Amino acid sequence: MKRWLIPALLLALLLAAGLSLLAGKVWIPPAAFVVGDERWPIIAQLRLPRTLLALLVGGGLGLAGAAMQAYLRNPLADPGLFGVSAGAALGAVLAILLGFSATPGVLSGWALAGAAGAMALLALIAGQSASIIVFTLAGVVVSSLAGALTALVISLAPTPFATGQIITWLMGALTDRSWNDVAVAAPLIALGAGLIAAAARGLDALTLGEAAARSLGIDPLRLQWLVVLGVGCIVGAVVAAAGVIGFVGLMVPHMVRPLTSRRPSAVLLPSALAGALLLCVADAAVRAAPTVTELRLGIAMSLIGAPFFLALLLRLRRRLA
Amino acid sequence: MLAADHLALALGGTPVLADVSVALPPGRVTAIIGPNGAGKSSLLACLAGLSAPEAGQVMLDGRPLAALPPADRARRIGFLPQVAEVNWEIDVATLVALGRLPHRRGWAGPSPADAAAIAAAIAATDLAGLAGRVVNSLSGGERARALLARVLAGQPHWLLADEPLANLDPAHQWDTLACLRAAAAAGAGVAIVLHDLAHAARIADHLVLMAAGRVVAAGPPETVLTPERIADVYGVTTARVALPDGSAGLVITGRLG
Repeated sequence: MKRWLIPALLLALLLAAGLSLLAGKVWIPPAAFVVGDERWPIIAQLRLPRTLLALLVGGGLGLAGAAMQAYLRNPLADPGLFGVSAGAALGAVLAILLGFSATPGVLSGWALAGAAGAMALLALIAGQSASIIVFTLAGVVVSSLAGALTALVISLAPTPFATGQIITWLMGALTDRSWNDVAVAAPLIALGAGLIAAAARGLDALTLGEAAARSLGIDPLRLQWLVVLGVGCIVGAVVAAAGVIGFVGLMVPHMVRPLTSRRPSAVLLPSALAGALLLCVADAAVRAAPTVTELRLGIAMSLIGAPFFLALLLRLRRRLA
Repeated sequence: MLAADHLALALGGTPVLADVSVALPPGRVTAIIGPNGAGKSSLLACLAGLSAPEAGQVMLDGRPLAALPPADRARRIGFLPQVAEVNWEIDVATLVALGRLPHRRGWAGPSPADAAAIAAAIAATDLAGLAGRVVNSLSGGERARALLARVLAGQPHWLLADEPLANLDPAHQWDTLACLRAAAAAGAGVAIVLHDLAHAARIADHLVLMAAGRVVAAGPPETVLTPERIADVYGVTTARVALPDGSAGLVITGRLG
């Protein structure tokens, strides 16, 4: 790993977090950063939790993406692949349909229940099988089922307003988040990060394939559950806090991997830091952008992500040719 | 002593091992030979603790291998799979360091012992000039050496290699066998699944000849590889030729039936 990578990312994160506290439709000068200033409530109650949430969500998605790519040994794997994020989205959409979206915390609870339900279904289908292929296909099943049910819920929405609310939520954003959201997301993302950290050695061993990994003392079933629960906690918490934000988990590991030894565990921490950095900057940008209504963060990430994905594909094609 | 004791194994309902008993002594090279489908790789997987036999058991120094925690097992038994994947564009030094995973504790970085073992493995496989190269950009022979170095870096007491010579040119075959012999000379018990009878006859201290999931014969090469037995098991005729150094070589001369 390049020796400057972690310090550089930390420094950039510090600067980006500072910028994120200043930026918005109303720019707040550093002079206002004192308790008692009339703009202090904006900082303490709006900007600070939103910035923290951007760091948590971005860091979580970056870490989960790196773990998924390492586990599936596929550079195109994404944290959404196990169906956990689709399950969480279904839970949240149900909460909106049933009219719970106004009560703070309830929507998060439903999203987390959806994520847990997806993981339980995954366990039921894949069972004791430690086969990565069976597991991935189970994830595809769960994901498409949750997607179909989400579409059903949208079609059942009683009013165009409810439909609009659901669709807007699905686009993902960090608008008007409070300390409550931070309090729900932080422990879950920390727990997920801990589980993934415990899987790091197994992910390294998987570089050599499943047989060699087992000969290196790795228990494939334990590794599978560390990764699934770790990614599940993170993705569930992220969707509950911010809705569906794609591409971060896919892109970020690719950005940092060339700066590391490419050993899977060496990619984890830089991916978390770079994901936090990316989302923090992107969220500050959509807030400060001179648009009439705030550009949804999920849409912004997809707009950045799609061309990135295309560039990745072209590079891959050149290498395979 | 790493020993298989009356092993039986079936894969998908088809029996692949039946009543197989072998013993791998330390400091010796044992070659496991036999036609395709004889159960050589299945036996190696059982000895490595990767397959659980349906009957019988594998014993390591008098204790059942299955009772050993996976990390302990991994420190003692190194396994070189037949199909060697390297999934990311890691360099040779990073690949070889993966062989130290069973010895690493928690999040601590490589210890001096790790670094010494990695350096020794790279030196033993003559990879010093290639340590910074990406593994997937190496030639087949260099790549095979790097994968072998990964196993050597773990400093296993038992080294099990499944067809390590596949797809290698004669010079690289020779180098690989020399590395494995050196590991045995340093005290490790080495078991190699081989297809080349001439190699097996020359480099192994001990042969295990298998056919249809059973051990047909085991012992020193000259007693195992009799022309009648080779004809019986492989369906080919062979001749012994005198080599300039006074030893005997084995040549395949035709096909029976």
